Amino acid sequence: MGLLVDIKKKLKGFTLYIAFETAGEYLGVLGASGCGKSMTLKCIAGVETPDEGQIVLNGKVLFDSKRKINLKPQERNVGYMIQNYALFPHMTVEENIGTGLACSKKEKIQKIGEMIESFHLQGLEKKYPNQLSGGQQQRVALARSIVYKPDVLLLDEPFSALDSHLKDKLQTEILELLNLYKGEVLIVTHDRDEAYRLCKNLVIIDNGRIVMEGNTKDIFLQPGIIAAARLTGCKNISRCEVLSSKNVRAVDWNITFETEEPVPENIKYVGIRAHDFRMINADEAKNEINTVKCDIAKIVEDVFEYNVHLKNGMLYKVKKQEWDNRKDQMNLYLKIPKDDILLLE
Amino acid sequence: MDLSPIIISMRTASAAIALTFMLGLFVARWIVKLKSEKIKMILDGILTLPLVLPPTVMGFFLLIIFGVNRPIGRFLLDFMGVKIVFSWVATVIAAVVISFPFMYRSARGAFEQVDQNLVMAARTLGMSENKIFWKVVMPLALPGVVAGAILAFARGLGEFGATAMIAGNIANKTRTLPLAIYAEVAAGDMQAAAFYVIIVLSISFVIVVSTNYFTIRERKYIK
Repeated sequence: MGLLVDIKKKLKGFTLYIAFETAGEYLGVLGASGCGKSMTLKCIAGVETPDEGQIVLNGKVLFDSKRKINLKPQERNVGYMIQNYALFPHMTVEENIGTGLACSKKEKIQKIGEMIESFHLQGLEKKYPNQLSGGQQQRVALARSIVYKPDVLLLDEPFSALDSHLKDKLQTEILELLNLYKGEVLIVTHDRDEAYRLCKNLVIIDNGRIVMEGNTKDIFLQPGIIAAARLTGCKNISRCEVLSSKNVRAVDWNITFETEEPVPENIKYVGIRAHDFRMINADEAKNEINTVKCDIAKIVEDVFEYNVHLKNGMLYKVKKQEWDNRKDQMNLYLKIPKDDILLLE
Repeated sequence: MDLSPIIISMRTASAAIALTFMLGLFVARWIVKLKSEKIKMILDGILTLPLVLPPTVMGFFLLIIFGVNRPIGRFLLDFMGVKIVFSWVATVIAAVVISFPFMYRSARGAFEQVDQNLVMAARTLGMSENKIFWKVVMPLALPGVVAGAILAFARGLGEFGATAMIAGNIANKTRTLPLAIYAEVAAGDMQAAAFYVIIVLSISFVIVVSTNYFTIRERKYIK
């Protein structure tokens, strides 16, 4: 049981080559814009055709180039929520939800009623999509996809059309609503927070290929490769030289680090997340390892933190309170804990 | 005053728009679905030609097809007992051929402007291609389709050149309003011509205004 995808498709500029399998948990597909994530979903939904490969859903073959099987989207029973929801503008909320249902009128009304209630759309039944807020539109689109009881639910950038202040609230709401749906869920996103919050497992796509897959938390902890580090939000990445089994030199910053684990030979980059630095005083800097004396290039103020840009190119994010209360206002010493150094291929 | 041109014209234009409307929609849908851009371009060119050619050229081609000494005309006459040229049917054929591009182009443009994401969504929702056309594409394309139909109707009503060539100018039979105006002027009766002119003018004005109504009119779901 689950969804098996193994497809190849030539696109402008690169070839999409995607192979993965899901097993019941929410799977996130994380990748930069234009890396082929949406195309992958379209191939699964059947609105685009891969050049070769196969797609199997719960044992049902949706696409198989060798056996010349290519089911129409109508025959696949795949729920696909398009990026900007693609609600039918000339249909009311209830018409949108029920438009493709093939059952008796009585059953239809009942099913639509259930959806209206579970998705908190009471009172909006007769409204048109453009009379709804972004969050309401999203709920209608999700209800419309789920009412058919699809075998897999594909969500393409489900939150990208929403204002940022709505996102946090709606993400928790959507998680609850998704519990109504028993089946595979695939969420495509370029937003690392979304991926981290919504998906237990993660596939990272770069340039049309899967470069990393596994448990979401593990990947964020240990991205392993440079593309994954970037997509999970690692701001500081430098080329490196492996000096010995536990020593690497970050070439771009000209700093030598000692690591917790032995350094594999194929490591080409080191990464440090902007939040992982510890501010220390001059004495500690002398006695401890992995410390740097830093010169500040500029400071950009955020709502709750400062972005301290250092002269060597690194970015240090620090809580305002911690920064404002620092004792040594003249010099800045930073320490990077051993296990916060990301070794990247 | 002879009212027969008014009646003939209305009958001709009504019959013509019924045919043009269905033919235009059908062909537009077919062309939009074609995969090859090259074939699309060539077919589109052929289908649009009646719009740019002098109507007399279209009349010439129609004579070649339906003339009683031509294969098709001969066949229709010998085996069906139907003579197309210089009959009322000929006025309808001329009007259809000349007004077709207006309907076809408007419908095609309207279909192509429908957001493809909506069609994609409809497919994944299990709607059949026919249902998608009638419940999604058609309602969204309707303003453009209706505007095209009105224009085609107006053009059919005003058709002169091709009609004169294939249907002639037979009073009480094929003399439509535009032909009647020409005939009256040729006969020197400017007053009778003016009468027909005023009628054509009023009908055309109503048509143009209603085109605007259908294209500009606010639709419930847009506001």
